[in-house]
Amino acid sequence: MVEVPKTYKDLPSTPITFFTTEDNKTGTWRTIRPVIDKEKCTRCYICWKFCPDLSIEVEEEGDYPNVDYDHCKGCGICANECPSGAIAMEKEMGK
Amino acid sequence: MMEVMTANYAAAYAVKLARVGVIAAYPITPQSSISEKLAEMYVKGELYGKYFLVESEHSAMSMLIGASYAGARTFTATSSHGLALMHEMLFWAVGARRPIVMAVVARALAPPWNIWGDHMDVMSERDTGWMQFFCENNQETLDTILMAYKISEDRSVMLPSMVIEDGFILSHTYEAVDIPDQDDVDDFLPPFDPEWKIDFDDPRRFGGLTMPDWWSEFRYRIALDQEVAKKKIVEVDKEFERRFGRSYGGLVEFYNCDDAEVALVLAGSAVGTAKEVSDKMRERGKKVGVVKLKTFRPFPAEELKKLNDMVPVVGVFDRSYTFGYGGALYSEVRNGIYVPGGGALVKNYVGGMGGKDFTPKNMEFIFEDLLRIKKEGKVDRMVEWINIKDGTGRW
Repeated sequence: MVEVPKTYKDLPSTPITFFTTEDNKTGTWRTIRPVIDKEKCTRCYICWKFCPDLSIEVEEEGDYPNVDYDHCKGCGICANECPSGAIAMEKEMGK
Repeated sequence: MMEVMTANYAAAYAVKLARVGVIAAYPITPQSSISEKLAEMYVKGELYGKYFLVESEHSAMSMLIGASYAGARTFTATSSHGLALMHEMLFWAVGARRPIVMAVVARALAPPWNIWGDHMDVMSERDTGWMQFFCENNQETLDTILMAYKISEDRSVMLPSMVIEDGFILSHTYEAVDIPDQDDVDDFLPPFDPEWKIDFDDPRRFGGLTMPDWWSEFRYRIALDQEVAKKKIVEVDKEFERRFGRSYGGLVEFYNCDDAEVALVLAGSAVGTAKEVSDKMRERGKKVGVVKLKTFRPFPAEELKKLNDMVPVVGVFDRSYTFGYGGALYSEVRNGIYVPGGGALVKNYVGGMGGKDFTPKNMEFIFEDLLRIKKEGKVDRMVEWINIKDGTGRW
């Protein structure tokens, strides 16, 4: 494991990625966020299938899907594909 | 061992001596005979490494980046449109810090179609981050490739190198070339030993996504290491001289400059012509000096600053042109030697493009023009194209 550098001097001579995609919190790019309405959700997991960023999490079969806001970029595909209209795209507030 | 050969064959012998592990070959005029000679060596079993045929120059460079990641010393050669086709991967090689060495047999870019010598292809890759070494003759081509590996692979540098020889003027012209002994080269150039490489027992990810907060730090390191390379280039040149008896001045060579009245800065095969003309003009009492630019990247700005104290007028000869302004060497030299409120006058001469003959007579014209500027104390025009047919019959 390469230690995460503190300054440019600590960088390895060859660019080795020391942050995994999990460490890179791409959720900061988002301007609108998907919010799942559990009343309407039928747990079909189509949102999970369509998410291009693996940002919809399903912990166990039968659970409601959960959005990983650290990595969701707010593309809205989940809301667009949801057959029961359970996902609303809401404006990011307080940033 | 002395043999008579072209710069292309000299390049092939250098690759053999350097014990290159992976060679990617895609022929393009006037580079083809490097690939052909290496193919011949490979078939005869004389090469240390493997010789691969690829389907384009873009693939050639991509392949070498991969091979270099795996720990192999790598080589390819290209020219003109081939170099242009590599453009995208040239950036990748630098970003990935792969010490690839590539012979660039400099040639014009079409249209109109032209296969002859010219520096447009090389200058177009100025900003990729590759080190760029110009060669004056065939011997220098061989020696520079050996030195380039040593400089590039140094762990404090880790940047790729272009070794540039002028198309046809060197690539297809025969000269006596001293081929060093393999043992001496092995001693000079140890095997490639990168700090990081692909290792199945110690897997890691190379070149993955880096967010904006760290990306510029990677670029900053490249910028700093180009400066480190300057010192390394001088060091390696001195070591080469100790071992093989030949030196190319490191970054820059001042020839006939000590008491010169004017000096001409240039790179590549035209340096030889300039040196000869300078010698002849000195016999007639005209004190003209020649500044050979061995490296274009990293650019030896500090070294060239000396010119301000040496001469009042500096000429810069370009074998390429940046349309809409002036030659690339010119703008770099002028910026490099600039001191506020003074310094030498600088004028740009453009010529010898697309294989156009650039004769001692043309060179003499430039020196005479510089002497005239010195006398008049001002530059009449920024750029002058030499040898353009304008109906006056002056040439």
